[in-house]
Amino acid sequence: MAGRRNLLLTGLAAGTLAGGAAPAATAELRGTGDLGLVVERASGSVLIVETTGRTALGRVTGLGDLSHASAVFSRDGRYGFVFGRDGGLTKIDLLRGEVARRIVQAGNSIGGAISDDGRLVAVGNYEPGGIRVFGSATLDPVADIPTGSKVVGLSDIPGRGFIFSLFEAGEVWTATIPEGGPPEIRRFRDVGRQPYDGFVTPDGRHYIAGLFGEDGLARIDLWHPERGVQRVLPGYGRGEEPLPVFKMPHLRGWAVAGEQVFLPAIGRHELLVVDRRDWTERGRVAVHGQPVFAVARPDGRQVWVNFAHPRNDVVQVVDAESLAVVRAFTLGRGVMHLEFTPRGEQVWISVRDANRVEVFDTRSFARLASLPAEAPSGILLAARAQRVGF
Amino acid sequence: MRWLLPRAALTVALLLAGAARAEVPAQRQGELRHLLRHDCGSCHGLTMRGGLGRPLLPETLADRSDEALAAVILHGLRGTPMPPWGGELTAEEARWMVQVLRQGVGDGR
Repeated sequence: MAGRRNLLLTGLAAGTLAGGAAPAATAELRGTGDLGLVVERASGSVLIVETTGRTALGRVTGLGDLSHASAVFSRDGRYGFVFGRDGGLTKIDLLRGEVARRIVQAGNSIGGAISDDGRLVAVGNYEPGGIRVFGSATLDPVADIPTGSKVVGLSDIPGRGFIFSLFEAGEVWTATIPEGGPPEIRRFRDVGRQPYDGFVTPDGRHYIAGLFGEDGLARIDLWHPERGVQRVLPGYGRGEEPLPVFKMPHLRGWAVAGEQVFLPAIGRHELLVVDRRDWTERGRVAVHGQPVFAVARPDGRQVWVNFAHPRNDVVQVVDAESLAVVRAFTLGRGVMHLEFTPRGEQVWISVRDANRVEVFDTRSFARLASLPAEAPSGILLAARAQRVGF
Repeated sequence: MRWLLPRAALTVALLLAGAARAEVPAQRQGELRHLLRHDCGSCHGLTMRGGLGRPLLPETLADRSDEALAAVILHGLRGTPMPPWGGELTAEEARWMVQVLRQGVGDGR
């Protein structure tokens, strides 16, 4: 792709960004369906972006250590909840472009989730290990669930519930929180060694935990929790020595493309393709490096993949039908994350060391925009508000 | 050097560490600091206060020798997610990074 010819589509964007003004506080009314947040990991700030004109509307600062930061959105799309590494939980008003509330709720955190009714925000913590649940309106504490183990793969599940994995303990827990009552906990033991992340399928039915300490994944059917943990792709490495993993892969519901699920293999330059109906292997795709994010375009036709250090300058596009790599982009060191717009016509890609967010048309592969951002990592669009497991 | 007394060995190690430090060129030091912050930081935190990996603060490293820490960087820790970085770091560079960690990386801003 030809360099940086294609800068911002409109000069307006640079002006509003430089001014740091609130997006629409004093201007006309607008919605949030095309808004999103770009995490600027090293500077403790987020950009508020919009995907219609593809511009940055403003920057919100003072959010602490945002390495590995992520966000969820209120069900009305007005607020983003940003989870910082340092335990910070910040509620951002997307329309005013400012912090609505902020707390520091633990010493070391990994991510969070919002309940299906939108009233509860849960944060997964490494230190102290456990989850803490807060009211989404005030960020006042609602529940504290210690686990004695680092929490990973925290997601919402239907019924005011959350599900998460315990890295050291090798367990999966669900916690449902009835209005006004104590949390109801269910533990699944011996799910496998060192679960590193997990996700709920977009229908809210299955939870899949990826395992670092062994070849395979663990699946729980939330319609039938009494059936316990089922193993997916046990021994997929076929006994071969894995390659070093310089960055942990991430899992979310974006792995599901139609009837197939695309999962990063651990310690292999491969995507594992699983049939969603019976959870058996359907194929493998040889890719450029250790996959970190394998994200399906919402229509399921393509899967875009980025990679771990030291091969993190490339994004590959896999055709989900033929399982062939059909396109590759070299975008600069530190391709951290990618996010599709809800209908999938654009993909936004953060390139940390280039200090840019690149936007591509997913059909023509043309670059639509290139936005300046300070060491960007996560790109989280407000349309996540309407999805289970995001 | 096995015949050296422990104290002497320690002195030699410190001298080597000091010498190694001078041998990492300035530009490479910049690259290593970037690697430390962003790539080590993806598990240990941008400020090294820990994450999936343990904290790498001066006080949490105080009871480990330079050589042991450099060996972890170069060879990884089996059974944990800590990978071996020996493919892209020399022993001198690993020891230099240990010294940077011992001084503390602060918030890096």
